[in-house]
Amino acid sequence: MKRLIASALAALCLCSTAYADTIKVGVIGPFSGPFALQGKNFKAGIDAWFALHGNKVGDDEIQVIYRDVPHADPAQSKALSQELVVKEGVQYLAGYYFTPDAMAATSLLEQANVPMVVMNAASSGIVIKSPYVVRTSFTLWQTASPIGKVVFDAGIKQAVSVVSDYAPGIDADSAFSTAFTEAGGEMLETVRMPLDTNDFSPIMQRIRDSGAQAVFAFLPSGPTALGFVKSFNDSGLKADGVKLFATGDLTQEPDLPALGDATLGMQTTFHYAVSHDSPENKAFVEAASKAIGDPKELSFPAVGAFDGMYVISKMIEATGGTQDAKKAVEAVKGLSWESPRGPVSIAPGTRHITQNIYLREVAKSAVGAYYNKEIQTFANQGDPGLAAIK
Amino acid sequence: MQTILSVAIDALAYGMILFLISIGLSVTMGLMRVVNLAHGAFAMIGGYFASYAMSALGLGYGLAIVLAVTATVIIALPLERFLYRRIYGAPELTQVLMTIGVTFCIIGITNYLFGPTLKTVPLPPDLAGSTDLGFRTISNHRLFAIACGLMVAAGLWLLFSRTGFGIKLRAVVDNAAMAASLGVRTQWVYAAAFAISVALAALGGVIGAELLPIEPYYALRYMVTFLVVVSVGGAGSIPGALLACLLLGAIETAGRYLAPEYGEFFFYLAVIAIVSIFPRGLLGRAN
Repeated sequence: MKRLIASALAALCLCSTAYADTIKVGVIGPFSGPFALQGKNFKAGIDAWFALHGNKVGDDEIQVIYRDVPHADPAQSKALSQELVVKEGVQYLAGYYFTPDAMAATSLLEQANVPMVVMNAASSGIVIKSPYVVRTSFTLWQTASPIGKVVFDAGIKQAVSVVSDYAPGIDADSAFSTAFTEAGGEMLETVRMPLDTNDFSPIMQRIRDSGAQAVFAFLPSGPTALGFVKSFNDSGLKADGVKLFATGDLTQEPDLPALGDATLGMQTTFHYAVSHDSPENKAFVEAASKAIGDPKELSFPAVGAFDGMYVISKMIEATGGTQDAKKAVEAVKGLSWESPRGPVSIAPGTRHITQNIYLREVAKSAVGAYYNKEIQTFANQGDPGLAAIK
Repeated sequence: MQTILSVAIDALAYGMILFLISIGLSVTMGLMRVVNLAHGAFAMIGGYFASYAMSALGLGYGLAIVLAVTATVIIALPLERFLYRRIYGAPELTQVLMTIGVTFCIIGITNYLFGPTLKTVPLPPDLAGSTDLGFRTISNHRLFAIACGLMVAAGLWLLFSRTGFGIKLRAVVDNAAMAASLGVRTQWVYAAAFAISVALAALGGVIGAELLPIEPYYALRYMVTFLVVVSVGGAGSIPGALLACLLLGAIETAGRYLAPEYGEFFFYLAVIAIVSIFPRGLLGRAN
């Protein structure tokens, strides 16, 4: 059966693309369900790219085909990726919000001669699954490492970390703990909570009992992250001087109005803030806001998708529209450009994006809108996570 | 000692919020014999109305609760007349299939109207602060939830066991034909009981929104929790539901404090133990 699929794939690859003028890009993401907002941001990023740069590379026209995987569902993601390659004849796979979804589809790439451009999934290990994976988002090691030093420099000697109990949470915890202890701090405790935890008051009690001066937290963006921050404020820990630090996942822009004044001044590290001050970002935000409809819904997956399209356009340019995954990936190794998030490049060794990580503080603008204000830049951060895996 | 007391208070607050949200389902399942899986959907509608009333219309918290409860009941009554009335007394599978269908429709409509982002019900300044109990602080909202839970429990108990309506309802449940022949307007009684349970769902949805944020998948996400409370407490028993919520709240909170990495293991272990010892729930009555 495997051989049959393989030969079918091979046959298809041989015949489908040589004289194609339309180059198809298959994008997998959560376009319905609880994470629909993130999928919507993928689409907004891609549409913004087309709005600013057109949908043609040379004579070839790019056509994007979307497939919906509402939850982290590796089997479904793999099946849909395969369908995109076999039935739709896509030359590029892209998108992937969740790590397991991206991991599952990597096994197709070499057989199908298709590069994958990961626009979000943030566990470090994905890029080593296949030489045809290029990532334009971030990893938790990348975003969580810089804050370890920030916390120590704020005069905090003892901290606890509280993370959701799944791969990205564990990555975030390891990254923070490593950076914080290297700077000279002491980790008192690590609490891992199930993803569906909704009442955080017992966790707050644990933090109180540990006697730490600061908490590092990671939860995926969404309802639980909101509940966590609220619970932190209600528990009186904030009033007692315990500080909360996190990655930008906890303060993504669409959630800020719901978090309200309680988060003002909270510091996070992340690769992208919608408020980033540069002409590139201004153009991007304008185009993406138009694409998404409601500008308040714009968030970080959009910039991953936007840069993903840049990488794909460069791949198409390099291969002249013919299907050659190896050549395409080679062409973008070491590629550097000015992204809406700042200067970025694709590290030739890891095919992961090297970028600035920013320390931000939740602030309120003159018109009363909440935003992430960038206050410090950690330039050209690679992914320390791969070294930790090896 | 302080820690134990502190965890106990968290457990009480969590239990009371569970009670507020689930008690309406206990009424429909126990007294009306309808497995209403759309219960969470009505709670969610209540939450959306309250959120809309406060953020778009600028109403106060109390008014928003009244409006949310009324509006949810107004939406639910036609559903009762045209959909639910057909499944009273129907086999459970039919009820489950229809009500889960209703749930998916409501999820789809809310996702379309309000979008996938979560909505909050902002608290008035009095409830947003926290109170110092001497050994710890607790948010005023939790205290408010505890008080509401106790009031709802007492109110319902009075209504069902001390009023004419309660007698009629219990008569209709036990033998609808006989009750009807004695002059009880069974359809009216059913509609009223359904309205009460929907109103309770909406109330729970609004007050519980701090803990269970309002978003389109709310209706499915917490369905199991509601069903567990009803089956542990015994369908239709108000003291049973209260006891179940306090017990489950305590187990969940203590488990989360002592061993958060085990997740809901202790919660479900307790549920299995209780249900195997008391197949009808803690205070459920024999058929």
